[in-house]
This record gives sequence, C-alpha cells and structure tokens, in this order.
Amino acid sequence: MNSAAPLHHQQSRSYVGKRQPRVEDEALLRGLGRYADDLAVPPGTLHAAVVRSPHAHARIQRVAIEAALQIPGVRGVLTGEDVKRWAAPFPVGVRQPMEHWCLAVDKVRYVGEPVAVIIAEDRYLAEDALESVEVEYDVLGVSIDPEMATNDDASVLHEAVGSNVVNDRYFNYGDADTAFEQAAHRLSLKVRYPRSACTPIECYVVLGQYDPAEGGYDVMANFQGPYAIHSVMARALQVPANRLRLRTPPDSGGSFGIKQGVFPYVVMMGLAARKVGAPVKWVEDRLEHLQGASSATNRVTTIEAAFASDGRVSALRFDQLDDCGAYLRAPEPATTYRMHGNVTGAYDIHHLQVRNRIVMTNKMPTGLNRGFGGPQVYFALERLMQRIAVTLDLDPLDVIRRNLVPTQAFPYRCSAGALLDSGDYRRGIELGVEQGGLEALRQRRESARREGRHYGIGYTVAVEPSISNMGYITMAQTPEERRRAGPKNGAVSTATISVDPLGSVSVHVSSTPQGQGHRTVAAQVVADVLGIPLESIRVDVELDTGKDAWSIASGNYSSRFAGAVAGAVHNAALKIRARLDAIAAQQWQVSVEDIRFGDGRIYTADGVHSTSFQRLAGATHWAPGTLPESETGGLRETAFWTPAELTAPDDDERINSSLCYGFIFDYCGVELDSLTGRVTIDRYVTLHDAGRMLNPQLVDGQVRGAFAQAVGAALYEAFHYNEDGSFASGTLADYLIPTTVEVPDPTILHMETPSPFTPLGAKGVGEGNNMSTPVCIANAVADALGDAVEPGAIELPLTPSKVRMLMGIEEPPRPEGVAEENAQASAGGGSKLSASDSVEIPASPQQVFASILDPDTLKAMIPGCHSLELTGDNAYRADVTVGVGMIRARFDARVELTELEPPHSLRLSGAGKSGMGDAAGAAKIRFSEIEGGKTRLDYDYEVTVGGKIASVGGRMLSSASKMLIGQIFSRLSQRLSGSTSKGSLWQRLRALTGKRGGDQ
Amino acid sequence: MYVRLDERYRVTLTLNGRERSAYAEPRTQLCDFLRHSLGATGTHVGCEHGVCGACTVMVDGRATRSCLMLAVQVEGRRVETIESLAKEGEMGDLQRAFREHHALQCGFCTAGILMSCHEFLGRVTDPSEAEVRDMLSGHLCRCTGYTGIVQAVLAVARARQNNRQEAP
Repeated sequence: MNSAAPLHHQQSRSYVGKRQPRVEDEALLRGLGRYADDLAVPPGTLHAAVVRSPHAHARIQRVAIEAALQIPGVRGVLTGEDVKRWAAPFPVGVRQPMEHWCLAVDKVRYVGEPVAVIIAEDRYLAEDALESVEVEYDVLGVSIDPEMATNDDASVLHEAVGSNVVNDRYFNYGDADTAFEQAAHRLSLKVRYPRSACTPIECYVVLGQYDPAEGGYDVMANFQGPYAIHSVMARALQVPANRLRLRTPPDSGGSFGIKQGVFPYVVMMGLAARKVGAPVKWVEDRLEHLQGASSATNRVTTIEAAFASDGRVSALRFDQLDDCGAYLRAPEPATTYRMHGNVTGAYDIHHLQVRNRIVMTNKMPTGLNRGFGGPQVYFALERLMQRIAVTLDLDPLDVIRRNLVPTQAFPYRCSAGALLDSGDYRRGIELGVEQGGLEALRQRRESARREGRHYGIGYTVAVEPSISNMGYITMAQTPEERRRAGPKNGAVSTATISVDPLGSVSVHVSSTPQGQGHRTVAAQVVADVLGIPLESIRVDVELDTGKDAWSIASGNYSSRFAGAVAGAVHNAALKIRARLDAIAAQQWQVSVEDIRFGDGRIYTADGVHSTSFQRLAGATHWAPGTLPESETGGLRETAFWTPAELTAPDDDERINSSLCYGFIFDYCGVELDSLTGRVTIDRYVTLHDAGRMLNPQLVDGQVRGAFAQAVGAALYEAFHYNEDGSFASGTLADYLIPTTVEVPDPTILHMETPSPFTPLGAKGVGEGNNMSTPVCIANAVADALGDAVEPGAIELPLTPSKVRMLMGIEEPPRPEGVAEENAQASAGGGSKLSASDSVEIPASPQQVFASILDPDTLKAMIPGCHSLELTGDNAYRADVTVGVGMIRARFDARVELTELEPPHSLRLSGAGKSGMGDAAGAAKIRFSEIEGGKTRLDYDYEVTVGGKIASVGGRMLSSASKMLIGQIFSRLSQRLSGSTSKGSLWQRLRALTGKRGGDQ
Repeated sequence: MYVRLDERYRVTLTLNGRERSAYAEPRTQLCDFLRHSLGATGTHVGCEHGVCGACTVMVDGRATRSCLMLAVQVEGRRVETIESLAKEGEMGDLQRAFREHHALQCGFCTAGILMSCHEFLGRVTDPSEAEVRDMLSGHLCRCTGYTGIVQAVLAVARARQNNRQEAP
C-alpha cells in the first residue's frame, strides 16, 4: 500500500488528524441548507396526513372514508384495503407468523399506528379531514409491561404466534455453571432500562411518486440507512429493487438512528402516490414523531456474577428481555445482538451464559437509536460491577481494574466472539485518573459529605463497538436456521472519486450523514492522498439508489464512517493516484516510485519533472490517445471495502459483531438536592480511545453531543405509557430534552491506539457516551444514596420525584391558597384529573338552575357544540369539537344532567368518543345565593382521557380542562347576563320571574 | 383586522429589509408562510408548539417563535430570518464564530438559535456564561451538547467589546 501523505514537499499541507472547520457549515449558517422539506416538489404534488389509532390494541371493524372524500380539496384516501391489494407485509427478522403492513389491515397494536392516509391539496386541508375518517374499533386488552406480556394470560398481539415472546435464544460460552459453583461470591441484580429516543429536531419527510409506465416507485426521504432496508421496502412494494429509486436530500436535520424508522412511510407514500396518480408529500409533526416514529428498546435484565474476594469476576449470566413494541420492525431484534460479541464489556471474563427473549407489547415499534443496545448492556453490567465493589467493600475502580482485558492480549477474542482490535485499557484508566483530576473529585465528595450533602461518584468503563457486522442480526436464528438460510456477514463500504476534464475532484460517499461532517472528513482524506487543496474538492453525500454506488451496509449507523467509509474514500483515492502515477511515469519515462503528489502538483522526487494535478488528470479526458495502454481514459474510481474480520456467526454461536472496539473510561461526581431530589452533575470526565482521530474537533463534537443525549436519558427523558396503552409523552413539554442549563461541559480526554483493521486506523466514536454516561450517572447516584436503597430501584430517568422517593423525602405541604389538583392514572388506564373551582353568575340560583335545564342554553354553554339532540329525560347526544394542545377532536358525546336538587345542586356529566381517543367528565355543581341577587356556583370536576388525547400529557390536560370547564360557566354567565346576541333566554327568564337583571 | 376563515388575504411585510407579499389563509402559521409562500426556507420547523425554538425569527426586532404566530399577524411588520445575517454575501461575526467553535452539526436548530443570539447580543453587550446559557435554554439542540454554541456567543460578545474599546 502506498503511503498516503506526500513526504517530499515540505510546504504541502496535510489534513487528516487535524482540526479542520467544516465545509458543511457556511450553507447551514446562511440558511441555505437543503433539508427534505426545503426541496422543490413536482407540479401538482399533493399532501398527506395520517389517520392514526387512538387505541393501543383493537380490531378494526370498518374504515369509512366517504365523508372524507366529500371534503373539497381531498383527493383520495389510502386504506388498509389498498395496501393489501398492492403491497406485502414487511419481511421480519425472526421466523414467526407476524405481519406488519405499512397501514394496519386487521388490528391496531399501538396508539399512533397508521390506519389510513388522507391525500389533499395542502397539508392544512389534509389534517382537517383526519377527523372525518370514521374507524370502528373493537377494543382489546393490552400488554404494556414487558414482563407481564410474557405471562400465559397476557393479551396476545400476534395471535398466529400464540405468545408475545417471539424469539427466545440461549447461549453458553465456556463453563459458567462450574464457575458459579466454585466462586466465593455470587451477586444478582435485576434492572430495567426505559424507553427513550434521541429525537432529531427535524421530523420525517417523504415525497412519494409512482410511475405506472415502469411500475416503479421514486421516493425521496430523509432516510439514514442501513440500506439493507431498501430490500425490505422493495419487497413490501412487490417490485424489483431497481423499481424503487430511493433518494436522500442533501441535508438532514439529525437522526441518531431514528430516521431508519421512516421506511414504512416510504412504502406508504409510494402507495399513496399510486392511489391518487400524483406525487404525495408527507411531513411528520412532533406529536406523530414522539408517539409513532421510533424508540430505543426497553429491556429488563437480570445479571448475575460469580466472583472472588478480590472482585475478580469469573463468570456472568445475562437474562435479557427486550421489548420491541408492537411489531418486530427491521432490523430488529438487532438491538439485542449488536452488543452480543462484546457483552462482557472491557473485561476479561471467560465463562458466560446469555438468554435473550424478544417480547411484543402494545407500544410503538423500536429501532435504531444512537448507542443501540449499548446503554442497555452497560446499565446492567456496570451497575453490577459497582454492586460487587460495595458488597466486598472495595473501591469500585479497583474492581474495574482487576477485571480489564490485559494490554498484551490484543487483539483479544471475547468469550462471545468479539475480536477487540486494539487498546490499552489500563493505561486509559491511569490517564483518566491523572488528567481528569479524580483525587480532587474524591476530596469534593469528602467535604460535601462532611457538610451533610448527598454527593456520590460513579465510574464506568465501556467498549464502544463500531462498524457492525451485518451477520450479527442472524444470531436471532439457531445455527440450523442460519445454515439453511446461508451465511450473512460483512459490511461493505463504498466511495467513488471522479476527476472531471478540468481536473477538479468530486467525491461521493454513501454514508447519508445527518450532521456529522462527513463531507469535511472525506475531503481531508482525499486532499492528503492526491496532494490537492481541501477547498478544491467537492464531496456529495446525497444517495440515489438509482445512480450511485451503494450496498446493504450503506448509510449512517454503527459509527461506521471514520473506520469504514473514510477508509473506502482513502482506497478510492489511492486507485486514482495509482492511475495518475502510471500516466506520469510513462510521460516522463521514470519509475512510478519516483512520482510525488503535493501542492496541487504531480512531480518527480528529483524535481526534474512537474505538472499541475489538473493538467495531468485532465489528460485522461482530453488526450486518451497519449496514455499508457493500460489506461481506458476518463478518471473515475469506485472502491468497495469490506473487512475480512467480519465473519458470519460460527456453529459455536461466536460472533465478531463489530469490526472496531473503542475504549471509554468515565467518572463523574453528582449531588442530590436534599429538598427536591434534583440530580446535579458536578463534574464529568470522559476518556476516549477511538483509534486514530481524523478530525479531533469533530471527535469532540460527537462526544459532547452523545453526552448531552445521555444526560437526557439518565435524568429526564422517557416515553411514558399509561396502563391502557395511551401515550403520555406526546409534546416536548412532556418529553423533556435537556437544554443548555441542564448539560454541563464534560472534561474530554483522548488516547489513540490505532485499529489494525481499518485503512486509516480510525474507529467509531459517535455513540460511546450514549452507552457509558447513563450508567455512570446512575452509579454516582447510587453512591450518593448509599446502602439504604434497593439497588434495582435505581431506574432511569432519575427525575427529581424518583430520587426524592429513593431518598425518602416527604412531600412538603402545599402552600396556602393553592387548590388541590390531581392528575393521576385512572382505574382503566389513561389520564385522570380532578379539581374544583367556582364562578359567580349574575342571576338567582333558580334562574341559573332553570337555564341549565334548557337545551338551548346547554348547547350554548358547551364550547364547540355543533348539535345537541334530546335523547331522554335531561339526556342528550352531542356533537362537539374540543381542542387540547395540538389536538383537536370531534366527539360523539352523551351529556346528562342528574341528581337534580333544584335550586341547590345538580350533576353535569358527559362522555364521548373521537378518532383521537375517549374522554369523560363529570361536575357536581352547587348553587348558593350571594349578595346582589347573584349565584355562586361551586363545582368539583373529574376528567378522564384516553388514546391520543392522553399523549398531550398531564400538564396540558390540567390547564386545558380548567380552561374548558371555565368556558362552560363563563358562557352560561354571558348568556344569563344577556351579553351574547342570541340571549333571548334571559329575556324569557326575566319575563318569567318578573325581576330585573343586572346591567353589566 | 377582521378575517374570514375561508378567505385568503394578501399579507405584506418587510422580510430581511425588502417588502414582500403573498397570500395567506387566516390560519396559516408564520413559519409555513415564510418557508413555503416566501421561499425563506432557512427558518425550520421542529415542534409546532413553541418548545424547540428552531423556528425563531425576529418580528419588529424581537425574537419570536414563528410557529406560534399567524402570517396575518405580521401584516405591515418587519421580519428578519437567518437569511438576513450575511451581509453582501459574507457571513457575519456570529456565523463565523459558530463555524469556528463547531457550534452546529446538522444545522437544523441553528437558524432559530442564531436569531435568538442575534437579538440577545444586541441587548446584552457583556454577558456572563450563565446569562448566555439562560438565553439559549429556549432552544433544543440534539447534536452539539451546546458547548460550542455557548463558546461562540461568548467569543462574539468579547470581540465586539474589544472592537468598541479600540474604536472610541
């Protein structure tokens, strides 16, 4: 292999390994980025809105679209019937009779599941029409908790499977049973890792087109890969892969794995376009994103260690229950197996047993999410290591040190098959301790504790895998099933470099970045190999499966860019250089070894011959006849690169699940507020060995970004489902993403042990802190809480209320004058709220009482009431539109007046169903006469909501209910005081009672 | 201004120093109007409920969430977006500082963050880090961990301070 950097020319710049401002930035900073929703659409493009299930589990009886089709501007509705006609279910990663279609065809299995697509002339009209699609559901029991979902009496999501456990695998490496028998100590810990997601700020965007002449789909989407899923989409659309042209926009507003989950919508909008014979665009909104896009997999782990009195661990047992939600969506169950080969972390542990089960629950399907499988594994493993230290009364860092993979052992084969490529873990710990100031941190803890403050230190070591082996996904199958299916392995990277007739260089990579700066790093690599200025190179990262070089491992995931894609770029540049070497050597009649590249020139080492890069490269276009015979003319090279180390799983179930394994050592100090339970991160130190750093500034950017997301996962973020499966984290006011004031600046330390397996020695670095930081913070909180707390009770996110409970702090009394208001889970699930209030009305109790019994008044009182029809004694059927937060729903409601005690009290109750979920409310109203002939109404009310409405969360529910109920009485007041124009009732009442009303 | 739900109105405003106008329904959000009717796609929409801050623009000199405002509300008013920050094709000091300090990755939230910073630095000439973090707490960024953004804002404040002292 030729050396990459020109050695001869002293002035020649080299770029790799240096801080380099990004070529991406200027366009983005000037507002000239081209994200998916910024791109021009073809004339006549229509817009989609998705009708979604308000129920977590229900059989679909009927989908009525006639009313929607009558609405001006609506051009069509795509339903499950169309999908059954034109498409197929998505292929599933385990052999089970489960069907997942892009639209629900028989049952809905989570709140937010797509049921139909409205296609209209603009997005506003499409969203208006959502409520006109009438879906009749037969509501079924739900399975929400993953452990309960495994019970025999649990409600089963996929009846044909017969159970919610769709995959159950057991692995045994070494002789764990004997090691457990012989060990001096054993310790078991059960932990739960919650659901959260890295939630990009840009949501999904898809533009679907269908060409009936070719029978092909052409879809633009902010998809991130892996492009193995292109095959999944093409199969679902029932077309050959060359009839699904999938394109990505030039810029993407973040992904972190999440935009892998756009793929069902790629299929859906392709079909929508086919349905209406026009391009169809869909832009997801935030509520849709939070409730229906994608989530990390929640996991219940029981982990057990056998260890000696010095803390040395001889064996581990993992029992992992992964909750993948309602469908096993490709590439799941990859979360479970991404870490499989290196599930023993940074430790030298020889005996290992692993049981992995995949369970289906009535929650949104899971998928890629930065850290993918890592946070779940390390939360169990590193919490266990902390517990071992506490049990033996040892320093946790000593227990970590004693178990590390020894430096001389690299490359080290882990018991489950990972080949740890390089590292020096012990030196990493020493560097981190010295440069991060651990001693000072310990002193801070001492002085804090002397003052009676709750301060703790947590440690974590982690191995950060990068460049996934496509074969690890087949670990969900038995060796026998794998043999029948044929081997799957590897990870093919591609890069193309072309030089045009004027000698300028264009690079294309199929890594579909979402902000990481791939264009900059690719240009750095090419500039060094070809000896040309970085600014002269243009890197294109759009991926068009109809034109570009790509493979199943294309895309942006498993931190594969620096190690694999930049390596492919390097190799493509070397191919270009080899051709130019040969051309120059022939022209100058010198040996290729004498040719040098630098400063935009190609020259001989002795300085006799020299020409500009452009001139020599341009000759391949302008004068192919002058080239050596080996030359074909033109100058374009594509490099495909796949590492030999990524072999298929063997019959002993060993798998090298990734190519590279970086090392991370983290520690932090946290303080718990003794009144509020708030966790404050005092200091955080994170040391990374990601092999050779291609651009240190971008490396630090990745570390900081991952760290901030991990702080969110550790302390704030979780997708919350009520018992009935309604989703309660549907806004960014309920799903709390940390801001500048919550994210401290971590101390970042580096060391570099280059990977022997990647062309540039680089490893991935983008996901490490997502894996290491949540458990590091949890360990610090555990240290601060001390022994009194049940170890398994330390669950993420460590919100103030949870920590307060763990600390045993009593809720302080409510300040005087603050009304009682309870938002809580109701008996049947959903969200429930009760509160009281009062209002004064300028009329006597008799008048007010009589007017409430009057249907016209009642109709006028209810905000958004379209019609009110008497169905019995003081009982009505009402058609009401109610808006709560972002949601507007039209209810078919029953309203009743009962417990009538004129003129003292009555009960007003209502219950309704809508496409957005159910709601019920009741108010006990008491009437008392106050001075001035007025009435005071005191009312206690209760409101319960379920379905999508619950997803706007308790916070908004409380204020919205207060406002709505307030509106009911202020409307009554208005009506009685005659301030509304149609207030003839008041005149009637006045005539009836012979009294004068107030003149407000 | 009285409006009818089913009618479209011509809204005229000053966008980035130029008078512009286009038709909008009364319910059209300002962010959609700027992006899709006026072509100012530099402003991004992240949540449509006022939390993420990506859609922040300046209306009559004040940083404003354009997802919480209707297009008809800016009739006759002055609106500035990220596209206004480069003068004569050259990036301003704030934009250059963002590049220098790696204060952006995907760049999607950046449009709104720049507008808030732009307004803030016009009001507060010598901010502390705590003040900068407090100002930025109205924005969500998922890529950067915020460090670079805070550094960039502080660097610009310092540089402007120095320039003022050098040129009395």
